[in-house]
Amino acid sequence: MAVQHAPAPPVQFQTSPSRYRHFQFQVQGDLARLSMNVQQFEPQREGYELKLNSYDIGVDVELADCLQRLRFEHPKVRTVVVTGSLERVFCAGANIVMLRSSTHGFKVNFCRYTNETRLAIEDASDKSGLRFLAALNGTASGGGYELALACDKILLVDDRNSAVSFPEVPLLGVLPGTGGLTRLTDKRKIRRDRCDVFSTLAEGIKGKRAVEWNLVDAIAPLSRWDEAVAEMARSMAAGTKARGEQGIELESIEPEGSDQVASAYGPLERTRWRHLDLSISRSARCAELTLRLPERWETTQAQALSAQSGWWILRALRELDLCLCNLRFNEPNLALVLLRVQGNPKAWRDTDNLLAASTHWLVRETRFFAARVLKRLENTAKSFYAIADQHAAFVGTGLELALACDRIYAKDDEQCAVHFGVTPMNAGVLPMSNGISRLQTRFLGTPEQASQVLAQTEDFDTARASELGLATFAPDAIDWEDELRLAIEERTSFSPDGMTGMEQNLRFAGPETMETKIFGRLSAWQNWIFQRPNAVGERGALTTYGTPLRPSFDTQRT
Amino acid sequence: MTGIDYSQKIPNNVDLASDKRLQRALEAWQPNYLEWWNSVGPTDFNTKDVYLRTAISAEKDGWAHFGYVKMPDYRWGIFLEPRDEKRTVGFGDHFGEPAWQQVPGEYRNWLRRLIVTQADTEPASVEQQRLLGHTAPSLYDLRNLFQVNVEEGRHLWAMVYLLHTYFGKDGRDEAEELLQRRSGNPDHPRILGTFNEPCTDWLSFFCFTMFTDRDGKFQLLALAESGFDPLARTCRFMLTEEAHHMFVGQTGVARVIERTCQVMQAHPDKDVRDYGAIPLDVIQKYINFWASSSTDLYGAEISSNSANFFRSGLKGRAYEERYDDHLALEGSYAFENLVDGQLVREEVPLRNAMNEVLRDEYVKDNEKGIAYWNRVCERMGNPFRFRLPQRRFHRKIGVYAGGHFDLDGNALSQAEWERRQGDWLPTAKDRAFVQGLMQPVTTPGKSAGWIAPPAKGVNDQPADFLYVRA
Repeated sequence: MAVQHAPAPPVQFQTSPSRYRHFQFQVQGDLARLSMNVQQFEPQREGYELKLNSYDIGVDVELADCLQRLRFEHPKVRTVVVTGSLERVFCAGANIVMLRSSTHGFKVNFCRYTNETRLAIEDASDKSGLRFLAALNGTASGGGYELALACDKILLVDDRNSAVSFPEVPLLGVLPGTGGLTRLTDKRKIRRDRCDVFSTLAEGIKGKRAVEWNLVDAIAPLSRWDEAVAEMARSMAAGTKARGEQGIELESIEPEGSDQVASAYGPLERTRWRHLDLSISRSARCAELTLRLPERWETTQAQALSAQSGWWILRALRELDLCLCNLRFNEPNLALVLLRVQGNPKAWRDTDNLLAASTHWLVRETRFFAARVLKRLENTAKSFYAIADQHAAFVGTGLELALACDRIYAKDDEQCAVHFGVTPMNAGVLPMSNGISRLQTRFLGTPEQASQVLAQTEDFDTARASELGLATFAPDAIDWEDELRLAIEERTSFSPDGMTGMEQNLRFAGPETMETKIFGRLSAWQNWIFQRPNAVGERGALTTYGTPLRPSFDTQRT
Repeated sequence: MTGIDYSQKIPNNVDLASDKRLQRALEAWQPNYLEWWNSVGPTDFNTKDVYLRTAISAEKDGWAHFGYVKMPDYRWGIFLEPRDEKRTVGFGDHFGEPAWQQVPGEYRNWLRRLIVTQADTEPASVEQQRLLGHTAPSLYDLRNLFQVNVEEGRHLWAMVYLLHTYFGKDGRDEAEELLQRRSGNPDHPRILGTFNEPCTDWLSFFCFTMFTDRDGKFQLLALAESGFDPLARTCRFMLTEEAHHMFVGQTGVARVIERTCQVMQAHPDKDVRDYGAIPLDVIQKYINFWASSSTDLYGAEISSNSANFFRSGLKGRAYEERYDDHLALEGSYAFENLVDGQLVREEVPLRNAMNEVLRDEYVKDNEKGIAYWNRVCERMGNPFRFRLPQRRFHRKIGVYAGGHFDLDGNALSQAEWERRQGDWLPTAKDRAFVQGLMQPVTTPGKSAGWIAPPAKGVNDQPADFLYVRA
């Protein structure tokens, strides 16, 4: 069967509860309830129906938005019940027809984004003490069960019928690739032989056996389902504290204008946001992403709090997050992003002092969000160069942005004000997905170098950044433009797959965590399987699923 | 071993006496089965002698051995049609290969699921009907009810035999769970919706045996084609018994119609309710309810499961041999899909439409039953004509569950449906009226006032035969 690639409309990443189509979201006191109610006939693009609460990117964007709002808009909430609105079905996972009719690049991006969303659940639990209860009111299969696995506790209805299952391997010849296999072994710590049996049993496991195998935490009969959910949610709430009283509203972020600008490699289409410029040249396959530090900024906690979601750093992070998502999904051919941070470095010092020290919930949430955005950047399949030229301010959190990039180009020119600097934010407050700081990761074999960088109390220039091991290259004024041009042209000439693979291997030196395993092992294998004839060939399992044909496999083990 | 004479206790043609593994499994299961029967079967009649038919062999006439028996002592046997050594898989990707005598590992889970789903319906109907004995309109009907009940019990045995023999520990666990689910129980209901509907009056019982057991017939016909030979042979034997259940339903409803027509003839222009008969339009509503609910049992119109089951040779079409093409790879099936509220003609690959193909056969068969009832009206000179609701009407499963439709299958708004559903489905008032008529009649040869007596006795017994005795 021929795979059809439906022309995809751009993915929209901005939404808000009043616009949710696929979720019912309610907050009552310290309890939030998020009920999946996927609209069958409202897929993100044409060509498939979202049956049985199966999801696509449009559904996941709403879930991600909701998680974000829980953290900023609802600090009183202690427990979140994640459940389904359909009878007998919680969620059937990612939509198969959608996957089958997607380009490979879209599939990988979809998988990456949904993985980030599930990790955001665990981040909210770990950092903010929000407790998530997956209340499985019916069968949770594939991605549905993976969503449940991301929650703190799983309660499954015991109607002698509803099960949790991973039918991917036996039915589709692919993996439960949204963290499923890793969370079975590393989070729920289920024996590998049982994981093996469970992951090959299409119909899954239900009832007492599911509890015995630790696939779920508890089961409850239908007649006392609501009661059991409420009880479990209450007891989970008892183990955690509300973060605050009054939330802030996350304002909608829209671009403030767009225009065309000239550049060394031709005209760029520039979109201006309040704190960011994103300029794109599709012909050069290059983008320039520039964070412009504000001229006036909040210097005290009181000012930050009263600015609410207009607090410059929060707004800038949200804009950056949105741009990264757009670059991934809606600009698939761009190869390279030149990242600049420009402005008064004092803005970083004041802001970071607040971010690093404050115990106020809103400031903490902003700090945790900064960590997530940096990870989003590192999980983006584009090359990133940090460019330190005129007015560069890679200080503190700004320095983290540079350290998240694959290379740092710094102009060594007395006429050019380049600021590097460290703040407490560089000392482990913004860990990478490997659990350690970017400086620790960068200087894995020479930890004293990391200490040396952290010991810098003042801003420093390109020469010093070079000595400290921060600048990859430090061309002088004469060489600068040519060096940069060559670096760009070279980068965009490489195989995109080679780049993605290489970067993903180089970015995460050091220890493994569940998170790095999910992206580096599970997703990577999944992406390989997704390309193989045994999955997507003419008689591959994913191609033939739901058709009259049986899959036929190339039996050679790789 | 316990020295039980298995061929006496459990009539069988599967050499139970020498199969230690099966003996062990059934010995553990049988006490639980009896406990199930004694707790949710027709328990208040366990001490009565009932004139029942017992299958004692798979030979010709062996399935119809009549005599008085107390239900708990009924000999629930295990019978498979004799094996045809040359039988081959009759459809799907394995077409022409020798039929399987063992479960193919590749299809183990699907096959188990199919068998469990079929098996689950058997005890379910016994549970649904457990209180009807108290309101039987005649001893003849009481006996028929119990005959249906014990045979459903036997069908459960037949399916459990397959689970025990071919599916190891999982099969034994599933067999155990078949006794734990309960019809209509909110916590552990039976798997399929229709088998959780209350069946507390005799008009419902007749409709159930007419429409729901007819689903059973077509499921069995499809499974009788299975490449897994023991399943095919079991189902073929079950079909003879299923036919009797539908006879009970079809003639039962016919007798109710006949009685109402008599009353209408005798008292034109009067409400038949006043004479203790059930109005024809109320009978039509019961037909609408049970026919539509049973139509759901075939599953979704477009189904990957049905394609999988067909291609793998596990579940075929009814009367597969009548088709020329047993691969069903080329053709497509056109049907009206409901897309975002609109009916849209769509073609789907034939294999994915096997549920619908089976449903087509079912609908055709139902039409014959309707025609039979209309002949009763005709014979009685009554102009009323019964009809089968269009298959989109009142569906809970499949694409049409997403909309509302009238008896002709025309789409309706939610509001219109709310307003008119009482014209088409039994209202609380209708149900209360029918329920009010349900008074037991235990005098031999007599029938309740709302139903005509049967045309003929069971096994040619006289009209006043004592079918059930203390």
